[in-house]
Amino acid sequence: MTTMLTSPVTAAEVPAKGPKTNRIGLTQKDYQGAESTLCAGCGHDAITSSIVKAFYELGVDPHQVAKLSGIGCSSKTTNYFLGQSHGFNSLHGRMATIATGSSLANRNLIHIGISGDGDTASIGLGHFAHMVRRNAHVVYIIENNGCYGLTKGQASATADRGTRMKSGVTIQDAPVDLCTMAIKMGCGFVARSFSGDTQQVRTLLKAAIAHRGAAVLDIVSPCVTFNNHEGSTKSVAYARSHEEPLHEMDFIPHFENISVEYDEGTTTVVTMHDGSRITLTKLAHDHDAHDRIQALTLLDEAREKNLFYTGLLYYSRERDALDDRLDLVDEPLATLPQSKLRPSLDVFHQIMQGFQ
Amino acid sequence: MSQAVAEPEGGLAGAAFLPRVNDITIRIATPNGSGSQSANLILMRSIFAMGIPVGAKNLFPSNIQGMPTWFIIRANEDGWLAYRDHTDLMVAMNPQTAAEDIAGLSAGSMLVINEAQRTLANRDDLIVFCVPFNALVAEVCPDTRLRKMVVNIIYVGVLASILGIAFEEIERAIDWQFAKKAKAAELNKTAARAGFDWAQEHCLVRSAHRLERRNKTHGDLVIEGNEAMALGMLFGGATFLAWYPITPSSSLCENLIKYLDKYRRDPETNQATYAVIQAEDELASMGMVLGAGWAGARAFTATSGPGISLMAEMAGLSYFAEVPAVVVDVQRMGPSTGLPTRTSQGDVGKAYTLSHGDCKHVLLIPGNMKECFEFAQEALDLAEQLQTLVFIMSDLDLGMNKWMSEPFAPPTKPIARGKVVSAEGLSRNGEFARYRDVDGDGIPYRTLPGTQHPNAAYFTRGTGHTEKATYSEKPEDWERNIDRLARKFESARAMVPAPVVENDASAQVGIIAYGSSDPAVQEARHTLAREHGVATAYLRVRALPVNGEVKAFCERYPLVCVVEQNRDGQVASILRSEYPEFATRIKTALHYNGLPIDAESVARKVLHRIAEEKGTA
Ligand SMILES: Cc1ncc(C[n+]2csc(CCOP(=O)(O)OP(=O)(O)O)c2C)c(N)n1
Ligand code: SF4
Repeated sequence: MTTMLTSPVTAAEVPAKGPKTNRIGLTQKDYQGAESTLCAGCGHDAITSSIVKAFYELGVDPHQVAKLSGIGCSSKTTNYFLGQSHGFNSLHGRMATIATGSSLANRNLIHIGISGDGDTASIGLGHFAHMVRRNAHVVYIIENNGCYGLTKGQASATADRGTRMKSGVTIQDAPVDLCTMAIKMGCGFVARSFSGDTQQVRTLLKAAIAHRGAAVLDIVSPCVTFNNHEGSTKSVAYARSHEEPLHEMDFIPHFENISVEYDEGTTTVVTMHDGSRITLTKLAHDHDAHDRIQALTLLDEAREKNLFYTGLLYYSRERDALDDRLDLVDEPLATLPQSKLRPSLDVFHQIMQGFQ
Repeated sequence: MSQAVAEPEGGLAGAAFLPRVNDITIRIATPNGSGSQSANLILMRSIFAMGIPVGAKNLFPSNIQGMPTWFIIRANEDGWLAYRDHTDLMVAMNPQTAAEDIAGLSAGSMLVINEAQRTLANRDDLIVFCVPFNALVAEVCPDTRLRKMVVNIIYVGVLASILGIAFEEIERAIDWQFAKKAKAAELNKTAARAGFDWAQEHCLVRSAHRLERRNKTHGDLVIEGNEAMALGMLFGGATFLAWYPITPSSSLCENLIKYLDKYRRDPETNQATYAVIQAEDELASMGMVLGAGWAGARAFTATSGPGISLMAEMAGLSYFAEVPAVVVDVQRMGPSTGLPTRTSQGDVGKAYTLSHGDCKHVLLIPGNMKECFEFAQEALDLAEQLQTLVFIMSDLDLGMNKWMSEPFAPPTKPIARGKVVSAEGLSRNGEFARYRDVDGDGIPYRTLPGTQHPNAAYFTRGTGHTEKATYSEKPEDWERNIDRLARKFESARAMVPAPVVENDASAQVGIIAYGSSDPAVQEARHTLAREHGVATAYLRVRALPVNGEVKAFCERYPLVCVVEQNRDGQVASILRSEYPEFATRIKTALHYNGLPIDAESVARKVLHRIAEEKGTA
């Protein structure tokens, strides 16, 4: 294990030789976790790798990250990245609640929540909606495979209508679209991606980490064991052939003082809370990520026609994050000293008098 | 109006008749939502200010407007303030229940009733005061919309006159109640005066009861358990509250929110040193508490039985993942609708082992206002010291009724954060193993997320972890871990508040009780000794798990009666399994009709157990 560094190292301190390090002197290995126990080829593992890379490239101090998850194959992955960060593999469907509490107890940490589509769209749907509504400062990732992997392939609520499960069951119910829901609940960062599109996932992750408030990433992440067959809209083949990126994305972190040249006609630049920037360069589809109604219409159209748009669907800095809105002190609630927690003796006597 | 007062046959007003002094139970019947609460509090306050010990029980329905409520004030100079089923003075302001209210009175009781309902007062063994409330209120309150409310303070004036409360006491109590509302205070004083003057003139019959000034409440408080507990959380340094509204716990949270807003802001920045979230349900509030507790906040939630049921899975997570959390259960009857505003001790057994798997939780059980204040602080400390879920078992009677209390002691014990290792500590100690029993007490060390050290991080999951918090399904790893959890529970046994014991060398009967039963049990013991010659010992359990003193008590008394406010004797069952050698002597005296427990029924049930023992039942 590498020793941790609290401040970015200067160029002089970076060893001339040895493995490549990032701006705080950590190697990519320092961002890895325990070895994955998922099936070979599982989409979730690809997302794990993207997370490792994103945090490494951003040079985030792993001690300042908290990893939360529910229950499922997807939720297991919090153990497979950022081994130097505290992690909490909690209860099925309840990650949003754990993350909300933790993000308020220590508002200085980056909270990354990993969930599955069963975890979020079924048992945890209410908590998901409410966490987003409150705008808790959490990066919320749904590793969406349209089925319950860990309980062996049952249909999930994100499985598209008319698709066939491996068991032969054809889906009759309307699917839950978590991006639509997130936008409706007032989320300021809503993205969809595909685990196999590692470049896009990584860019979106970095942007999500830079966002203050809830950031929702719904990432189609094929379950190669239970939902990878013909007739599934969450298979590797389907996602590969149907993915339609809305734009080409780039992320310029706040610490990189680069000026970018872009064509105003085709590229928009989104500036984030911390000064980081996202550039979105138009592709075939002309989507304005600042337009909420347009994003919702796009998602509706996608649902009607079984289209798989990916990219940053909606971005807004309008709403304050929950901890900002609650006007919390800068220091984490978790470590406030007694002097800040216990009112004075005078206050005690004053209150008591009211009852005498 | 000369017939305003009817005397019972036999002429109680005769020369030989002496009124009872400072020992009265007043039952005021009103429709819910009629605004009688402030009037009732003014009456209670004036008695308290006269130095006479006083308490109140509010029997209210699950309804916002219209259904019957009863406010019961008991004043007793010997300090017996438990609920009493018997009524000395009935104020029958609710036509809907008046017939039943009157039928329930025993001979010689007093009755105040609206003249408009005088036909209902058809008993000649009562002292009846028929008051022309409609005429009186019309005179003092031109605004017809306010009359429904103002009429209440008129009966307070009437009662003051009948019972001998000086009008100045009422005025002072009105000023206290409406401290910041001068106009409301004025109107109330005028109306109270109208009632008082009318009664002075017309209620000429001698009252069966009088209140006289004493000096027995000096320095004392009148407070509700939910207020006391909110204060405990404030001074105990709670930093996180997530809650979902449910009677009878909501007022705890609402009180605390007010205090936090006022007293827990940074003096320089005015920013909050706390976070409160009204969650989407109790599952969420408990999840948030665990998330916050895991990250190092002093986190709690307050709820009642239905919420506890929803928190079951989370309770187990707290236990096995060893995440500090405090849950206040203000118990009520459950589930669903019907009796949600009636008190109960029906959750104790469930809470003790809530969740799946081998779960055992620490329960603190306050029995008075001071303990509500203190145990809130204690629970926050214990949860962090033990790294586990700690319940505080309150109930509707404690939480929402007005109790008189000795003054609270200002908190002096430093806030305890338990075994948290800092980055410096990690550097000193070298290795860190989250679930290792370093000290032999079963309590491991933890680090908080955000600790700047390469060894600080660990991975939290419910089951299947090694000492170093890595994944393991090895039988020996898990067995070792849950054996350690059992050891931790034994450590808890020695850390929780000890029982309060009153031994009695001459007693053959030991009473065990807990929580809000205390005043009724104390009074019952007094009655048993004085009226039945039965000496009893008394042990009040203040926490689960129980410790050695409880065992010694069971050993000492051949008959042990456990007084509980539930049908199945939940704590009695726990005691029988803790001490199988005494199982047959542990009997119950149970009360579970939704009303607060009263001394008379406790005494009767204990006597029944004694008779059973002797074979005379
Ligand atoms: C309360 C509860 N109910 C059911 C389960 C069983 N369970 C475990 S994982 C899971 C579904 C996981 O599906 P998903 O969230 O989509 O994750 P995936 O495994 O597909 O990644 C279920 C139902 C549980 N752990 N807890
Ligand atoms: S069952 Fe599916 S989701 Fe689970 S690890 Fe295997 S491939 Fe991944």
